[in-house]
Amino acid sequence: MNQILEKSIFEYSRDGRGAEAQHPPALRGAVASASKEALGAVPAALRRQSKPMLPEASELDVVRHFTRLSQLNFSIDTNFYPLGSCTMKYNPKACNQYAMLPEFLSRHPLAPDTQGQGFLSCMFELQEMLKEVTGMKAVSLNPMAGAHGEFAGVAMIRAYHRARGDLARNEIIVPEAAHGTNPATATMCGCIVREIPVDAEGDVDIEALKKAVGPNTAGIMLTNPSTLGVFERKIEEVARIVHGAGGLLYYDGANLNAILGKVRPGDMGFDVIHMNLHKTFSTPHGGGGPGAGAVGVSARLEPFLPVPVVGREGEGYRWLTENDRPQSIGRLSAFMGNAGVLLRAYIYMRMLGREGMSRVGEFATLNANYVMARLRAAGFDLAYPNRRASHEFIITMKRQAKELNVTAMDIAKRLLDYGFHAPTTYFPLLVPECLLIEPTETESRETLDGFIDAMVAILGEASSDATKLKAAPYTMPVRRLDDVRAAKQLELTWKPVDSAA
Amino acid sequence: MPFIPHTEADVREMLATIGAKSIEELFDEIPQNLRVQGLAGIPEGLSEMEIGRLMSERARQDGRPLSFLGAGAYEHHIPSAVWAITTRGEYYSAYTPYQAEASQGTLQLIHEYQTMISSLTGMEVSNASLYDGGSAVAEAALMAVRAHRKSKSLRVLVPSTVNPNYRRVAVSTAGNQGLRFETVPYQRETGCIDFAALAAFAGQDIAAMVIQQPNFFGQLEDVDALTDWAHEQGMLVIAAVNPTSLALLKPPGEWGTKGADICVGEGQPLGVPLSSGGPYFGFMTTRMEYVRSMPGRIVGRTVDLEGRHGYTLTLQAREQHIRRGKATSNICTNQGLLMTAATIYMSLIGPAGLAQVAETSMARTHQLVTALGRQRGVRQAFTGPRFHESVLLLDRPAEAVLRELESQGILGGVDLSGDYPELGSAILVCATETKTDGDIERYANALGTALQAVRAA
Repeated sequence: MNQILEKSIFEYSRDGRGAEAQHPPALRGAVASASKEALGAVPAALRRQSKPMLPEASELDVVRHFTRLSQLNFSIDTNFYPLGSCTMKYNPKACNQYAMLPEFLSRHPLAPDTQGQGFLSCMFELQEMLKEVTGMKAVSLNPMAGAHGEFAGVAMIRAYHRARGDLARNEIIVPEAAHGTNPATATMCGCIVREIPVDAEGDVDIEALKKAVGPNTAGIMLTNPSTLGVFERKIEEVARIVHGAGGLLYYDGANLNAILGKVRPGDMGFDVIHMNLHKTFSTPHGGGGPGAGAVGVSARLEPFLPVPVVGREGEGYRWLTENDRPQSIGRLSAFMGNAGVLLRAYIYMRMLGREGMSRVGEFATLNANYVMARLRAAGFDLAYPNRRASHEFIITMKRQAKELNVTAMDIAKRLLDYGFHAPTTYFPLLVPECLLIEPTETESRETLDGFIDAMVAILGEASSDATKLKAAPYTMPVRRLDDVRAAKQLELTWKPVDSAA
Repeated sequence: MPFIPHTEADVREMLATIGAKSIEELFDEIPQNLRVQGLAGIPEGLSEMEIGRLMSERARQDGRPLSFLGAGAYEHHIPSAVWAITTRGEYYSAYTPYQAEASQGTLQLIHEYQTMISSLTGMEVSNASLYDGGSAVAEAALMAVRAHRKSKSLRVLVPSTVNPNYRRVAVSTAGNQGLRFETVPYQRETGCIDFAALAAFAGQDIAAMVIQQPNFFGQLEDVDALTDWAHEQGMLVIAAVNPTSLALLKPPGEWGTKGADICVGEGQPLGVPLSSGGPYFGFMTTRMEYVRSMPGRIVGRTVDLEGRHGYTLTLQAREQHIRRGKATSNICTNQGLLMTAATIYMSLIGPAGLAQVAETSMARTHQLVTALGRQRGVRQAFTGPRFHESVLLLDRPAEAVLRELESQGILGGVDLSGDYPELGSAILVCATETKTDGDIERYANALGTALQAVRAA
């Protein structure tokens, strides 16, 4: 049974209606005459003539509409969400509540440091804790997402080589399994991308790496555990080869959750890393952000960190800026990045503490290996059957696609009917018909068993009634959508005539 | 164990299923010499009660001074419903809506947002958000260079009336791809772009020009003339605007004869708290002809198997997860939740409410500037129309005066001496609809006292 769809907010709109409790009070007295003077000074040519199409609706209609829309979503709070490489763990409510204390919310970004010692002390301690768990020398909290952190990282690598007069180094090596943001970032930094293959067991192809490095190598971007869900075992050799050729090592922290408290990028030889605080440190994904992509560096890259950075002087804290860090790659945001997200990560880290932090990697890995073992036993094919799962693993539906004409996409869509969000599909690109499954440590065994049961049931349907899977899902607000039409007949805004349709 | 639900029996049985003796064994592929021994630098964990106490103490330290700061982040009333709904788990804890069937709420909301922000800016299409106002200017510059059909130039004009931090972000973001940002001075009388200085760029091959309205000083630029001039020179026009102001001011889509080509801005004024600088969101709208050059997520409406309307991410071939090294940008996660808050804010405040917010802010700033201007040693830097900010010149060093004000619990303005030393002692002040007659009077009296104290020192 399909749920009832919610009409557009514009269909609630009536001329002259509004949520008037939200309007500022009518202007009286001094401010009214000030208004006349101020408005009177604006020439007609600079003024708006037409009314913008914003809803004119009552407060209740607006509340009801957006509450109903929310109910059409899957979310961590409502559904198991084993989206590989995204670390959809529980977002503790305390992190939200205490990051939204009125003093934090009302603090202006340009308020002096003396009016923000509470906030700055949290940011300083967050920098210190992130250094500790990653083994890096210094941290900057500015980047506002993982890809933004990648940008900062590669920009620092470029700045480092330039500062040494090593101007030819403009190539970034990326394993073919990397996230799309890696090559896109290298391009944004004005670099050339060189992709190298991985071997049959999912490790970097060392011979290919040796051939790829040279006097033009700026660095290599690696995710470890990799996007294939396995730990890169030859990491020390990779580090030796790249460093030996004069390049630097960039750690994509997308999968940091797998190794939290077990092994640190700094100890593996990485020079620069970004962390997705919205993955490992449990800040919310928000339906597409905000994230936070703090960067950590080794000593030689510290001068290049994006500003501002929090420094401690005596008992107090202050922002260090371009004046303190003349070699900085500069500013990445108008102010200091996603402060509210950083507060949530701080609260999460303080709640977990030393022991809780070490358990994250352990239980994320336990859950992944458990689901992997049971799915393998149930007849699913693993992409890397000889390897341990990290915090995630890949199954491939290549065999079923050939024998039963059932694809990874069909499985993913059918899972929605069973109340589970789909795993990541068709990524990494080099494993055909793949599902990348990441359960996270916050899920109970019962939830994992429920997911496994659903997967087994769907595999059964694949054999008995493949056509049923092809048309899934059946119970969502909509059935499968026509993506081709969406891209060809662009309907990117709502038009009044639509309501008649 | 905080946030980990496993019992000892669970662990035992799960390990048996895996065929491992211990959790430790699951890490046997990691070289032993790399393993970390404890995290000595991390403090002991805290219960929710303890962290609540700690955070409340930290927050209290920061207090809530009376603030007249603006310069790109503005204090506005935020309806209670905005964050009550935005923090519902179904929005707060959902991922980017790749699985459309399980994300219709977020997708329809983005589509409604695209509709509202396109209309507010007078443009045809919008994306689903960028990081913030500064990064949006940087992305717009990259997009203009990419989208320009006749010029291969990497030069972009960014007048000195554009927020200095936006200019910094543009350089650090787009400089690596060879973009060159060139400034245009402002006229000392009006605080607006100096037309005479623009003449030096006439006839040159330049990809785009950024016009901020209201500009960084709060002054209103002659956007029609500037847009037409830039178009005559073959440049694309990037408008950087304050969304609140658009309830009163001409939308970029109507600037000059043809309208601006790309419009960006800081979305914070639309229901997003100041929060020390973020998370905010950048908005970007453009003409339909440039939609394929736009970075970021875009939602389109389509139909499902049964012919019913539904929403999905579209034009994904522009994006990094498909196009990798050839994508329009590396942007992936953006600022979805803030765009959600802004959509609910715009729905509640409506066109009339937004106009009242804009009008009241303008009036309060006018009142403030008049009241402060009555103090000895204070005068306005510029003449001409403005929105809700203004530059005041002081006869004593701004830094010392602001410090005096701070000791009276007032954040009196942003010191401009670093970015605009030629102005001398200058502060940028702002008042919005949140300020009362009493607040303004309090500031005016405090400024008199502060100036006196600095003179005496």
